[in-house]
Amino acid sequence: MQRQVALIKQSLFDQGYLDEQFMELEELQDDANPNFVEEVSALYFKDSARLINNIDQALERGSFDFNRLDSYMHQFKGSSTSIGASKVKAECTTFREYCRAGNAEGCLRTFQQLKKEHSTLRKKLEHYFQLARQAGPKETARRPK
Amino acid sequence: MALRDLSSSSSSPELHVLAVDDSFVDRKVLERLLKISACKVTTVESGTRALQYLGLDGDNGSSGLKDLKVNLIVTDYSMPGLTGYELLKKIKESSALREIPVVIMSSENIQPRIEQCMIEGAEEFLLKPVKLADVKRLKELIMRGGEAEEGKTKKLSPKRILQNDIDSSPSSSSSTSSSSSSHDVSSLDDDTPSSKRIKLESRG
Repeated sequence: MQRQVALIKQSLFDQGYLDEQFMELEELQDDANPNFVEEVSALYFKDSARLINNIDQALERGSFDFNRLDSYMHQFKGSSTSIGASKVKAECTTFREYCRAGNAEGCLRTFQQLKKEHSTLRKKLEHYFQLARQAGPKETARRPK
Repeated sequence: MALRDLSSSSSSPELHVLAVDDSFVDRKVLERLLKISACKVTTVESGTRALQYLGLDGDNGSSGLKDLKVNLIVTDYSMPGLTGYELLKKIKESSALREIPVVIMSSENIQPRIEQCMIEGAEEFLLKPVKLADVKRLKELIMRGGEAEEGKTKKLSPKRILQNDIDSSPSSSSSTSSSSSSHDVSSLDDDTPSSKRIKLESRG
């Protein structure tokens, strides 16, 4: 089963959902902190759900305060970078470019895409962590005991 | 290997680091990075809270300061309210706190911003996402700077100059730039973070 877990993780990297930062985080796990990445991930999704909500509301209001939107997206990009959420991060970058160009249409379109990527990643990571827990002691804890 | 040594070493004193970042995720990651590096960590979510903790907000008496003994402040640059740069300035303006090294983190690699921070007296400027290697290097830098601090009163003596040739810690050089002229090799006002890193790396 550990092999299955490893394969799932590999595919997440291969398909570009995660980047090396995720691996950096895994390096920080040890026997005393075996679920660190899962905890960070949970924190990230909780935090980003809040940001998505704020952005949704701002966009629904119809008023395009590009500065405010850019500010939200700066935060979103920041935490996405910290966890290695590669595709989400890319959408954040695109969104910010549209903000700077004052392109409302582009923002809206990108935001829909961003939410999709975010949701997909969430599901995939939940699945991955669930399996990893079932598989037992993580192979990924590389720090020597 | 090296990580084990750091956490089990009883000879090196524990650094107390104040980590300032408005992002939950980044605070959690930074805390973990610092703890792995055998540092004691206090995290706060804003520059204002950081100043409160350091006893600079005016409400607390200075008596609280002696118990806190923060050895290093690591702060994000872009934060709502007080930015990391403004926090840096306030710390360097304080006679009580200016000796504490301050490191700025940012996700944006903006050269003027980096220079601005270094000129204001920042110890280092780290690009996010911060990695374990960055924290390790930082810790070494600060520990070595701590040794230099002890001999501060002898700063201008020949022995100290030799020490400072290999010591890359600025030790509040921004306010004492005239005396740093005696530290030929470490003309720290001109240093950029990248050249500092090169210096460290070349010493192995």
